[in-house]
Amino acid sequence: MNEEASEPRHPDELAGMDPTGGLDEILIFGSPETRRYFLKQVAGTSAAIGLGPALMGIGSVEAAESTATPGVASAVVTKFQLKINGKEHILEVDPRTTLLDALREHLLLTGSKKGCDHGQCGACTVLVNGRRINSCLSLAIVHQGDEITTIEGLAKGDELHPVQAAFLEHDGFQCGYCTPGQICSAVACIAEDHTKNDAEIREWMSGNLCRCGAYPNIVAAVKEAQSKTPAKSA
Amino acid sequence: MNPFVYSRANDAAGAVTAIAAKPHTKFLGGGTNLIDLMKMGVETPAQLVDITRLPLAQVEELPGGKGVRIGALARNSDVAEHAIIRQRYPLLSQALLAGASPQLRNMATVGGNLMQRTRCYYFYDPAFPQCNKRNPGSGCGALKGYNRIHAILGQSDQCIATNPSDMNVALTALEAIVRVQGPKGEREIPIADFHRLPGSTPNVDTNLKEDELITAVDLPANSFATRSHYLKVRDRASYAFAIVSVAAAIEIDAGKKITAVRIALGGVAHKPWRAQKAEQQLVGKTADEKTFRAAAEAELAAAKGYAHNSFKIELAKRSIVRALTTVAGMTS
Repeated sequence: MNEEASEPRHPDELAGMDPTGGLDEILIFGSPETRRYFLKQVAGTSAAIGLGPALMGIGSVEAAESTATPGVASAVVTKFQLKINGKEHILEVDPRTTLLDALREHLLLTGSKKGCDHGQCGACTVLVNGRRINSCLSLAIVHQGDEITTIEGLAKGDELHPVQAAFLEHDGFQCGYCTPGQICSAVACIAEDHTKNDAEIREWMSGNLCRCGAYPNIVAAVKEAQSKTPAKSA
Repeated sequence: MNPFVYSRANDAAGAVTAIAAKPHTKFLGGGTNLIDLMKMGVETPAQLVDITRLPLAQVEELPGGKGVRIGALARNSDVAEHAIIRQRYPLLSQALLAGASPQLRNMATVGGNLMQRTRCYYFYDPAFPQCNKRNPGSGCGALKGYNRIHAILGQSDQCIATNPSDMNVALTALEAIVRVQGPKGEREIPIADFHRLPGSTPNVDTNLKEDELITAVDLPANSFATRSHYLKVRDRASYAFAIVSVAAAIEIDAGKKITAVRIALGGVAHKPWRAQKAEQQLVGKTADEKTFRAAAEAELAAAKGYAHNSFKIELAKRSIVRALTTVAGMTS
């Protein structure tokens, strides 16, 4: 550590300093930018500014490459493809990477949330081949060839998915952290036809915890979204 | 999570070859327990063999009306919702739906559920130095620790952990057969012999050998479909492990005499606990609450509680009585 950096600074000196160390001038053109957008910009240009390999390997492709990777050792980055929200992505990650970390840290799809990271809270819920799963307990590499849908893939352009609209209408959240998982779970819950009454909705939504306790409004939102969903033909 | 080699098997023989070829290899199914334990540093496999694409996910009839075969990779949710299972083995369907959450049931496989490890806090968190299951010879942290969720039957002074599965309790009452494949071929393990009591080797959960793959679970035909029930007692209404659970099935004749009965308990022992003493007491007797209570007393006579779980002894008795009362009251 150099001596200059360890010298305590006078508060007056700090007042005018740029807390980003000038990064924003390099990377953010135009304002205002959100913190998340800033972080995505940083990650997106990581090769240029040398943030390291952890954030590299982001890419989308049109043509499929071989995805069979038998005998891949972790700590060695491996390359494979995932189809997320209808789009193919190439990942170059350690085989230890969970689907949740692949989405959030590598593909910058930060809608899926990391709550407990142990399959106990449901904040990471995504749909794989139409079925809801906890993406935190699933390795990304096992999902080659699967159709993965995240919260980012539910709306059609500016038109919200009926479950998203119902959560807004019924205030199905307070802090909002569990909401992407709740919504993905609710989409599946309705598709599974587990919404006959409040008790059934509560039971079949029990894999998604809400520490703010918005449960009555979540149940109301699921009921309304269900009523607006065309019944499945038997 | 420790580094590991990831590979994917295309068929059962390939999976068995892969696990035999490299020490410390684990099969990866749904991953709901294994990946979690790897994150905790409890499991540290050198290789994971992904078996999720093996063609072992069917539920199919056995020839000659002998029962039903469930592929080891069938998801818990698919088995629970399967028409044949709901109709002929509603006990299994109920037990599966009482476990975990919809998300986890969509991931978890039948084979993985059989291999599920204990939720004992001292096992699950390597911050605790003592656990004979995780680190043989280190002692048991639960014996004199916080042991509310621990065993009251069949435990040893080495380990008082419980098997956390609901499915395994139903399979025990249904006398399921676990089919496995190893380098020397296939063999069958009755569910009663699949899981072990801890004894002096609590690090060994099951009698499955390290190079064997579970391929299927067979459910023999039975006549309990109309009178069976899975009762799960837990700390919250949903999405919690059992404190005590009871899988009960009964046959009663026109004179209210019990002609056949199966009872298995969950949450009380290192393995799903077949309540044979209670069953023996019940056959030939009249199905009423007094009989049920006497049978429950007989089963729990040898139970031993610890500082925080002695309540489970009375809870288990009452749960047996309630489950039997429920199945006896069902109209067939």
